[in-house]
Amino acid sequence: MSNHRESLKTVFVGHVDHGKSTLVGRLFHDTDSLPDGRVEEIRKMCERRGMPFEYAFLMDALQAERDQGITIDTSQIWFKTAKRDYVIIDAPGHKEFLKNMITGAAAADAAILVIDANEGVQEQSRRHGYLLHLMGIGQVTVCVNKMDLVDYSQARFEAIEEEFRAYLTSIGVTPNHVIPVSGREGDLITGPSKRMPWYLGPSITEALDGFRVPLPATDQPLRFPVQDVYKFDERRIIAGRIESGTIRVGDTLLFSPINKTAKVRTIEAWNVDQLPMKASAGQSVGITLDEQLFIERGHIASHENQPPVETDVFRAHVFWLGNDALVPGKTYKMKLANAEARVTVQSIDRVIDTGDLSHVQSDRVERNAVAEVTIRSRQMLALDEFRHNQKTGRFVLVDGFDIAGGGIISMEGYADQRSLITVRATNVTKVEAAIGSEERHKRNGHKGGVLWFTGLSGAGKSTIAVATERRLFDKGYQVYVLDGDNVRFGLNADLGFSPEDRAENIRRVGEVAALMAKAGFIVVTAFISPYRSDRDRARAAAGADFHEIHIDADVATCESRDPKGLYKKARAGEIKDFTGISAPYEAPDAAELTVDTSDLSVDDSVARVSAYVDRTFTQT
Amino acid sequence: MDHLDRLESQSVYIFREAFNRLGRVGMLWSLGKDSNVMIWLARKAFHGHVPFPVMHVDTEKKFPEMYEFRDRYIKEWNLNFLSGKCPPIEEMDPSLPPAARSAARKTEGLKNFLATNPFDGIFAGIRRDEQATRAKERVFSPRGATGAWNFRDQPPEFWDQFNTDFPPGTHVRIHPLLHWTEMDIWLYTQRENIPVIDLYFARNGKRYRSLGDKDITNPVDSNAETLDEIIEELRTTRVSERSGRAMDHEAEDAFERLRADGYM
Repeated sequence: MSNHRESLKTVFVGHVDHGKSTLVGRLFHDTDSLPDGRVEEIRKMCERRGMPFEYAFLMDALQAERDQGITIDTSQIWFKTAKRDYVIIDAPGHKEFLKNMITGAAAADAAILVIDANEGVQEQSRRHGYLLHLMGIGQVTVCVNKMDLVDYSQARFEAIEEEFRAYLTSIGVTPNHVIPVSGREGDLITGPSKRMPWYLGPSITEALDGFRVPLPATDQPLRFPVQDVYKFDERRIIAGRIESGTIRVGDTLLFSPINKTAKVRTIEAWNVDQLPMKASAGQSVGITLDEQLFIERGHIASHENQPPVETDVFRAHVFWLGNDALVPGKTYKMKLANAEARVTVQSIDRVIDTGDLSHVQSDRVERNAVAEVTIRSRQMLALDEFRHNQKTGRFVLVDGFDIAGGGIISMEGYADQRSLITVRATNVTKVEAAIGSEERHKRNGHKGGVLWFTGLSGAGKSTIAVATERRLFDKGYQVYVLDGDNVRFGLNADLGFSPEDRAENIRRVGEVAALMAKAGFIVVTAFISPYRSDRDRARAAAGADFHEIHIDADVATCESRDPKGLYKKARAGEIKDFTGISAPYEAPDAAELTVDTSDLSVDDSVARVSAYVDRTFTQT
Repeated sequence: MDHLDRLESQSVYIFREAFNRLGRVGMLWSLGKDSNVMIWLARKAFHGHVPFPVMHVDTEKKFPEMYEFRDRYIKEWNLNFLSGKCPPIEEMDPSLPPAARSAARKTEGLKNFLATNPFDGIFAGIRRDEQATRAKERVFSPRGATGAWNFRDQPPEFWDQFNTDFPPGTHVRIHPLLHWTEMDIWLYTQRENIPVIDLYFARNGKRYRSLGDKDITNPVDSNAETLDEIIEELRTTRVSERSGRAMDHEAEDAFERLRADGYM
């Protein structure tokens, strides 16, 4: 029965004029999938234009497309083989219409990439291959079309196959098949071709039947993004689509990024005899909870043991479609599952040439380009890495009123901040202090506070910290240095160097420094602390007593000093994720003080800090 | 999940997105098989409710069975019903072929209706498999103040992240059935037991496959008297669904012109 037949969506992509629409038209004709009269209609259209019969007119429905012989927008058409039903998506190959190609391709389960045997591999052949991979479409068959124009030459076919396979391999794609075809003459559309006896592989139709229909991700960890909350009647229904995993009545759900839990009371449904006890990936559902949590659109429900990442910064591989270039510092609206957030591009890490895969440094990503960027949000986000969950690991960016780009997420080098913002202890009550900070201030003759040194390895943080401690102590200040390496022997001996552990290291130091500041001390901390989110959290712990001091020197200067020989090791690849070399350093936006040590001597640097302390800590 | 479950889930998702992201929304109800499925899907999405108005822009040339059907289900489905009228044919572009000119009344009727009842989003039950220009549509299709469709420069739409940000004066057509086929509609109607107008079933060897105005809609040859027989007929037919709709066949660009101007 066809209502239980499986259905597969396949997109036809490739360079402009390589014959995608023609091939689709031919496929429909040769599988006898056209309604009566359709071929006759097309014949008339062609006669009216004084041109030979054109299969492309089947999908190129717009007058402008027919008149110019070019596909402008993506289209969909249905057909079936003995095995199953297909939605065929035709995507334009002209660079100008890349947004329409993306629109078509993003909906597909598999792709046929068409290359003209005569013209060979072209710019959009590579770009489309790259974008398919970026969008997570893993099943690709390559068709070398117009074999009739090269006299069905095996040598020509093999040269193109070799060139394009090499390209696909370099981006991590293995094509299912590479097939020589002729859309115009009908070779290898449904069966073998007498004109190409040397080719022993499948025809297009057979290759289509060889694609797998992706199964819904029911076995993956649960991701249930909240789409809306309904109160049409006495029920308070949390509505959304389960993107992965399974929800059962009675399950405890964790909502991120608010970190609240509640139990599933019911799974609601309309026009059924009995309410379901479970629901799985792909289903749009509504549930009720045993507790009235403040849940909003955009929150993601999971099970407690396999939650999404929580972060306000991540790396992304983006494609840009906007008329205005993507630029750092500008605010965009990001949509990720059902969440929306204001984000800025913190840095453009590299722009990728999809032709030769070379990288260039640039301060902007132009329309139709691909790049790796670092994105920062003003609020905490719940998300996944794309490699773990495609649905919650991808996003679009809106510039003004327009969807202007899309991207996939990686957390490489960045920490999951969930454990840093979760208070696990319950039944705790804050005790009011009997001695106020004013009293301590009076006795010490100065305020307490944190001097948070941040900067690259070799910038001089520890040296200046120790010298500052001596200078301030001699001037009568209560002062103490918390140094990076020292705390790792005790307080943080349980932590390694993973992104999560590094973030936890900084969190603990931030909290300890804040306590010491409250006790009246001036605490000097000397940590690279490359991530803005970590420093912001330390600032939040100490409040107004936090003073961020950027010990500033560029990478070249630091590398030439290299007091611990670390840069050398990092360059040799012996240290992974080394800040400034293979991991980012996010310089402060608005440090209270910047000390440029590429210009200043140690003494002058200490004098600057000391003067700042005199100015700031002794006012009454 | 089977094929129909997947289609249903996607439509429910679309309804919920539009209802949440757009301000005032409403649904066009042509009384045909597709828009009945659309109402049904809205009730699924909103757990038994249709939380927005349902509108019929009346050409006053529909079949009497259609008006009976309308009056009955407004009550049974508890619909917030609004009706609009279409202007006379004399006011339509005389350069259009006759049937297309007649169909254009509906576009104008909708424009007039929207002028007095402003909406940010309108649900319309078109499908990609009906007609080749509809196959190029977006799920969320933005329209200018005149309702015109800028088909040469449609916005990108991917990963179910629909266009929900618009300059003032724009509204958006939402197409919850865009990914369905005629066969899907009938299979779902059968599975869910959704009522349809009797005109779809054959009488004396003829039935309507698509319902429009009386004077520009013709029945097709058929002996399909039940839902099962319609489904069986569709498995083997080589006749296209809209073959009985005169306006589609008058000129190559007739339908494109209608749609560019705001026809559904």
